[in-house]
Amino acid sequence: MEYEAVIGLEVHVQLATKSKIFCSCSTEFGAAPNTHVCPVCLGMPGSLPVLNEKAVEYAVKAALALNCRINLKSIFARKNYFYPDLPKGYQISQYEEPLAEEGYIEIETEEGTKRIRIKRVHMEEDAGKNIHGEGNDPYSYVDLNRAGIPLIEIVSEPDISSPAEARLYLQKLRTIMRYIGVSNADMEKGELRCDANVSVRPKGSDKLGVKTELKNMNSFRHVQRALEYEIERQIEVLEEGGEVVQETRLWNPHLGITETMRKKEEEHDYRYFPEPDLVPLVLGEEFVERMKAELPELPDDKKRRFMEEYGLSAYDAEVLCADKALADFYEEAVKAHDNPKAIANWVMVELLGRLNKDGRSISESPVAPMQVAKLVKLIDDGVISGKIGKQLFDILYREGGDPEVVVKERGLVQITDTSQIEAVVDEVIKECPDEVNKYLAGKTKVIGFLVGQVMKKTRGKANPRLVNELLRKKLDELKG
Amino acid sequence: MKLYELTLTQVRDLVDKGEVKPSEVLEAVVGRIEKVEERVKAYITLTFDEAFSSVESKKLGRLSAVPIAVKDNICTKGIKTTCASKMLYNFVPPYDATVVKKMKKEGYVLIGKTNLDEFAMGSSTENSAFFTTRNPWDLERVPGGSSGGSAAAVAADMCIAAIGSDTGGSIRQPASFCGVVGLKPTYGRVSRYGLVAFASSLDQIGPITKTVEDAAYLLEVISGKDELDSTSAPVEVEKFTKALTGEVKGLKIALPKEYFSEGIDPEVKEAVLKCVRMLESEGAHVDEVSLPHTEYAISAYYIVAPAEASSNLARYDGVKYGFRAEEYTDLIDMYFKTRSQGFGNEVKRRIMLGTYSLASGYYDAYYLRAKKVRTLIRQDFERVFKDFDVIITPTSPTTAFKIGEKASDPLTMYLSDIFTVSVNLAGIPAVSIPCGVSGENLPIGLQVIGNFFEEAKILNVAYAVEKRINFRENNSPNLD
Repeated sequence: MEYEAVIGLEVHVQLATKSKIFCSCSTEFGAAPNTHVCPVCLGMPGSLPVLNEKAVEYAVKAALALNCRINLKSIFARKNYFYPDLPKGYQISQYEEPLAEEGYIEIETEEGTKRIRIKRVHMEEDAGKNIHGEGNDPYSYVDLNRAGIPLIEIVSEPDISSPAEARLYLQKLRTIMRYIGVSNADMEKGELRCDANVSVRPKGSDKLGVKTELKNMNSFRHVQRALEYEIERQIEVLEEGGEVVQETRLWNPHLGITETMRKKEEEHDYRYFPEPDLVPLVLGEEFVERMKAELPELPDDKKRRFMEEYGLSAYDAEVLCADKALADFYEEAVKAHDNPKAIANWVMVELLGRLNKDGRSISESPVAPMQVAKLVKLIDDGVISGKIGKQLFDILYREGGDPEVVVKERGLVQITDTSQIEAVVDEVIKECPDEVNKYLAGKTKVIGFLVGQVMKKTRGKANPRLVNELLRKKLDELKG
Repeated sequence: MKLYELTLTQVRDLVDKGEVKPSEVLEAVVGRIEKVEERVKAYITLTFDEAFSSVESKKLGRLSAVPIAVKDNICTKGIKTTCASKMLYNFVPPYDATVVKKMKKEGYVLIGKTNLDEFAMGSSTENSAFFTTRNPWDLERVPGGSSGGSAAAVAADMCIAAIGSDTGGSIRQPASFCGVVGLKPTYGRVSRYGLVAFASSLDQIGPITKTVEDAAYLLEVISGKDELDSTSAPVEVEKFTKALTGEVKGLKIALPKEYFSEGIDPEVKEAVLKCVRMLESEGAHVDEVSLPHTEYAISAYYIVAPAEASSNLARYDGVKYGFRAEEYTDLIDMYFKTRSQGFGNEVKRRIMLGTYSLASGYYDAYYLRAKKVRTLIRQDFERVFKDFDVIITPTSPTTAFKIGEKASDPLTMYLSDIFTVSVNLAGIPAVSIPCGVSGENLPIGLQVIGNFFEEAKILNVAYAVEKRINFRENNSPNLD
């Protein structure tokens, strides 16, 4: 039987505020344990939470960027459970009335654009971290620097149908969060964390299968691999006539498998109830409008604009818009020289190729937009050939410099002087009698080889169109 | 008159005029404590050293070096704050509660931290993990609770005034039992920051004093919007003392019939009604009204308060501060043993009640329903306050009971709060003042209840009664 997967993701994103969500402690990463703490985030007796306005702004912006409806009144709730990294014995979160609901984002799959609906976005505080002693150290330690860092939880509808889509969804979320500047959303740093709910069912069925929840996936790759494994496992269970058990499973990246963490009956009862220490969060319409106005152009809007304004394909536009800095780089280059398609190619192929190889981001690019623009202009003006262009790009990437100056200094200018090229053409005809004879016998494809010989002799500087023209003319004369 | 017998405003006047030195007042109070504390046992911690070392350097403010006692569930920086619990027997807060900060700013002198029922859960101080406080009027009897230590200290002249907290009557009932004045302000009037939470939506700090004027005066000092408490109200702090005219002509007084029905001690009823008749003879209008949902108040209270408590007390887990069991096998065992050994029976009983009523599947039937009842009770009051200025009731159905009399019967104990809990559920202010003594020479308390933020009005009515019956002049506990 053929099966299909149904996947929903719960994603936590750390908001990049300077201070914590309910106190004024710093959120700076990497400080000595328990130095960014105060009575409030330590859960000391008598301390009370006070909501950070900036965290609300960031959360609202994020929700708007995910096309959600903002609830003008939302309620904080306590999620009760015991764990050493949870100082109050409860996490302040939102439950029945979340900050925002009913949004969506779009991903670019092989079958085209797909919309993934978002069920809700709510605010909550992060917990601390338990650190277990190594070797002979029998103790466990608690670091509460992270306790109280603001998070948003983004819950998708079960609209994702493959591990690859899950990965695209996460990458899109990261892109959006970075665009609007509310989070760096780096999965490796825990700034974006993902749990997955996954079930399988016979293809075409509209009944949902029993789902499992997957945890402990710390990168896009792991999410994809864990889902692939889990879907395979569930199908196997069903094929063998068994039943999938509803449970929480942990991804084991070393073994590449998922393992039972706890069964359904072992799940916590979180005893949610409205947080009495905080008043309901009431937002004004003007506030929401202001947040909306402060949003930059979002990735999907930019992508659509790139397609319309620059005539790019959906794929090219998606690649260029995946990173705001990259999109800005591209547009700056296009502004300097109006050949959007050629510039897109140079940026995506030559520049991104080299940057990826070197593990550099676009902001670390040694080549500036103006250099790319000038390079493309030199080609368009016929000053250099495309081939020389690649050579020039290499020089710019490694050594820098003004493209025009480099071209002059290194004699890369294309030879457009017909008499100069003619001499080389004559030389090549003389040196390659076999190929010339083949041509004359009607195997005209051999002209490519002859052009190559001319280019070689001119070290690529001859105008290929002129070489081609002259060769044909001379050869046809010989024929005549 | 002895200096320790002075009221707050008298001490302030004498100190401000330079007729008495702050150290003389302090010495007198310390002398009094040394004489009677052994029998009354109002204090968990005495802070004589800090008091003497700071008394002369105190800047003269509104509390000009006045020795004040603070209930031991209110955080005092550098001074043990135990909540009368083994769980916090060694807890020294690194911060002051907002009320303490405010009193410090006005130059108060902390004389000691007073006994209470563990985590303010109880009506007699018998639930203190350390010892039971005695009623200065009869050492065989309880002082009421949970602020029994504060009320007894004021009644025995072991401080000039005291601070208590009131979740279901914990200021008013002990004030009533000890023949002193106790005010529970409107929810949000006084910051809860630094008050160790019992039931966050009900808790409120207030003064326990020798006179109504002192209560009004102390309220002026401790009230006001606090940035550290999101539930504190942005309401202007009035000059409550200015409202004390004693004028009651035209005042509309409501007597709720549910508060004068069977189950009430006839002596208590008679004493309260006598005062009401007296006010009537001064030109007040008196009418009987009904608060029909009164009978559900205790039930609703014992759902809401334990539910919040079960969550508020989750932080006492042995991980960060306070008590931790000595022997345990693993994390879960550490939690179990710490909490089993660290909490007393009443606290454990309420944690279990609250955990149960918040459990999934029971939430709607208990917590949610109790919240609805709470709304109905508030509406009962709002309806009455459309036509009346204040409501007058007895504070407690009886005078102080004997130590041990109700200790083994929690349900009977809960009923001693029957006239006070509705006020907390509604969030409105109420004051208890002594209005007479019983045949056994035990004080009887009269409660004046007002609408939201109408402390000035209820204090004036209380003042009118106080002025006419001269309770303090005619009655006092005999400890000499």
